[in-house]
Amino acid sequence: MTSAWSITAAVNPPRAAFVDYPLGHTTGQPHDPTGQRALLEAAFTAFEEATVAGTIVDLGLHWGDDAWRADPMRGDSRTAPKSKADRGAPRSDSRTERFDTPQYQSDEDRELAELRHGEEIACRACVGFDD
Amino acid sequence: MNANEATPVDYIEVTRRTYDSLGYPPYGWVHSEEPPPWTPLTKPLSDCRIGLIASGGVYRRGQIAFHYRDDASYRVISSDVPTDELRATHFAYDTRDARSDINVVFPIDTLRAMVADGRLGGLTDECYTFMGGIYSARRVREELAPALVERMTSQGADAVLLVPV
Repeated sequence: MTSAWSITAAVNPPRAAFVDYPLGHTTGQPHDPTGQRALLEAAFTAFEEATVAGTIVDLGLHWGDDAWRADPMRGDSRTAPKSKADRGAPRSDSRTERFDTPQYQSDEDRELAELRHGEEIACRACVGFDD
Repeated sequence: MNANEATPVDYIEVTRRTYDSLGYPPYGWVHSEEPPPWTPLTKPLSDCRIGLIASGGVYRRGQIAFHYRDDASYRVISSDVPTDELRATHFAYDTRDARSDINVVFPIDTLRAMVADGRLGGLTDECYTFMGGIYSARRVREELAPALVERMTSQGADAVLLVPV
């Protein structure tokens, strides 16, 4: 799957299905199981029918309106911690800072993960920590 | 703009302009020079075991969340995971919709429905997630990707759905 045609074309994978949705919606719109199913049906059909390596199939989907195209790389600014981002990032850089500590969706997630991942516990589901 | 006239956003060009304006050197996008390999599909999808690998920063409640600086680790998520235990964290996209319905970046309910209907033969026991936005293409190529290929192969996957963000 891809929502970034130019990036996928540069990588040039054997098979790809293009979804012209804003980033973060590669497999559909939220709370739309019918649309999500239709999207994957189309993608799998493209997969079945593909015969030429390097083809990107446009699934022909449209988001509904094109307002998102004006700022297509807007990151997670509304959910990221603001104070640290403000300290660490140049004023002109609206992107989210690259924090090097785990970024939990909620404090409850953090507490549960820290509880389960004491130093003596080797978790086999969280693989390949690099620090 | 009429929907029929919309052209895909060129994220490589948008990124180049952003980096230019910030005085950063250009981002090193991966450009594959060799033609892609081809492995034909040899049986109906209704007989295939399908794997899922997604890069949207998805983790399961209780797992350690991803961080935002070249995180090349991955998470193992059972394909029978309760959907409400899935979380999303990422610096490069607006995660509000993913947090509201994880299927927009990790289509686990969609895939389970397709298995239930017989469209797909089944899912591998394990799905894998990672962060994406990793600046070192070498680490992805030499560490992360081979590890995921090895695990998916050991899962008996006939085909794998790759869902980047």
